[in-house]
Amino acid sequence: MVNLEFIINTLSLGSLYAMLALGLVIVYGILKLVNFAYGELIMVGGYTMYLLTFYTPLPWLTVVILAVVAAMLTSLFTELVAFRPVREKSLTAMLITSFAVSTLLQNGALLIISPRARAVTLPQIFQTSVMIAGTSVPWRNILTILTCILTLILLTLLLRRTVLGIALRAAADNFTMTRMLGVPANTVISTAFAISGIMAGIVSIFWIGRSGSVTPTLGAPPLLVAFVATVIGGMNSLTGAVVGGFVYAIIISLLGVILPPGLVEFREAFMFAFVILILVFRPEGLIRSKTSVERIG
Amino acid sequence: MLELSDVQARYGAIIALRGVSIKVSQGELVALLGVNGAGKSTTLGCIAGVLRPWQGNISFEGASILGKSPEQIARLGISLVPEGRDIFPSLTVEENLRLGAFTQREKSEYRRKLDEVYDLFPVLKERLQQPGGTLSGGEQQQLAIARALMSSPRLLMLDEPSLGLAPALVDQIFELIAHLHKTGVTILLVEQNVDRTLEIVDRAYLMNTGRIESQGGAEQLRTHTDIEGIYMGVKTQPKK
Repeated sequence: MVNLEFIINTLSLGSLYAMLALGLVIVYGILKLVNFAYGELIMVGGYTMYLLTFYTPLPWLTVVILAVVAAMLTSLFTELVAFRPVREKSLTAMLITSFAVSTLLQNGALLIISPRARAVTLPQIFQTSVMIAGTSVPWRNILTILTCILTLILLTLLLRRTVLGIALRAAADNFTMTRMLGVPANTVISTAFAISGIMAGIVSIFWIGRSGSVTPTLGAPPLLVAFVATVIGGMNSLTGAVVGGFVYAIIISLLGVILPPGLVEFREAFMFAFVILILVFRPEGLIRSKTSVERIG
Repeated sequence: MLELSDVQARYGAIIALRGVSIKVSQGELVALLGVNGAGKSTTLGCIAGVLRPWQGNISFEGASILGKSPEQIARLGISLVPEGRDIFPSLTVEENLRLGAFTQREKSEYRRKLDEVYDLFPVLKERLQQPGGTLSGGEQQQLAIARALMSSPRLLMLDEPSLGLAPALVDQIFELIAHLHKTGVTILLVEQNVDRTLEIVDRAYLMNTGRIESQGGAEQLRTHTDIEGIYMGVKTQPKK
């Protein structure tokens, strides 16, 4: 039951969810905004892959990089035209704006492309498996884990070794004080949105690697996962996002194995029951901020 | 160097400043005294660009800084150490200092500043890799001042630096302020500790309910102004 295949699958799912949650939390930490348009960035990544693989002969690696770039640019663009003008007003204004951006992007995809699912041609490696210790493990899962490790290392280096990264962490502690040291608010916020977009772009590769197709409403399920994972882990901490992503994946995978076959399709309901339990006993999430040190990876 | 003329500010319907005019010249150590709620911190907030006055003007070295963002004002060389210190608790001491030098892009200058700050605050050097949040109150205050000094400010504003510190530390902080003043730093100091403050400053303004009540040199204020009256018993040692 709990064998190597199960462990690697769960780790792969956890890696995906951890990256997903990180992208949401990096913006939340600074602006205290839950960006409901975050899921649509994943959709943008997905459609970029669909369009490029369908209409151009570009190699897969280029396609993937361009998908990440597209998600990042969309994220930066939404910050510039939608969030920045209302930033000084109120948090509620920004929250409503994020719903508007989400709807606009979804409808844009509906109008320009199609309401129907579009199949994304995946490279061979996403369909093959490798034999490890007698079990067949999909390459896709190994790639997800490796990408997550690499992303966490790069993000840690950025946040700990560069002045801009230190400024980002400082802004999550105390934004006004950070500005009073001469750090431009726009630079910090743009950087956070850029990182958020990159995370969404990376997630889109593996999310679509699992489903094989993209629809205009693709963003909703990952947004929910990211939100729940950050609530579990603690909204104010990047470590919390990573922990929350893995805890989410472990619980959902275990439920898939433990529950009797008739109940497996209701495992989301059981999942949320668990989340409620966690929140009853640790309302701030598993990882608390301020008192604990902000560290990722 | 710094000039506020008829600055008025409010929080919603509550009027916090009813026309404040003060001046700080190059190299001066000037204090802003007054009870809680007199508008001292609000005045500093207006200068730092965190609050926007709805009337009056603030100029720094001849140019108006009204409506500039906090980061623009910081880049002009105005540095505020807020009340409650506001160090970054999850950043290490070293990272706090590094951000303090954000406007300082020259690496050699950064090193030089760092050595200077270590000389002034030896305890920080021992705590470099520790998160700011784990420091004691006195150490946090030292870190906050050190962080402000990292930017080589032309005007240093300190908001109640002695608040909540043990008496021995309060002495240290006042000695430090006097020392910084001697080395040529222009300082605007907000304090509740009137006696200690008047000992070290060049001039002081006395604020009450959003106005400047009186002003002058330390001796002048001590003898000609009803400080006790304004403090209404806040002072513990009445003076004749």
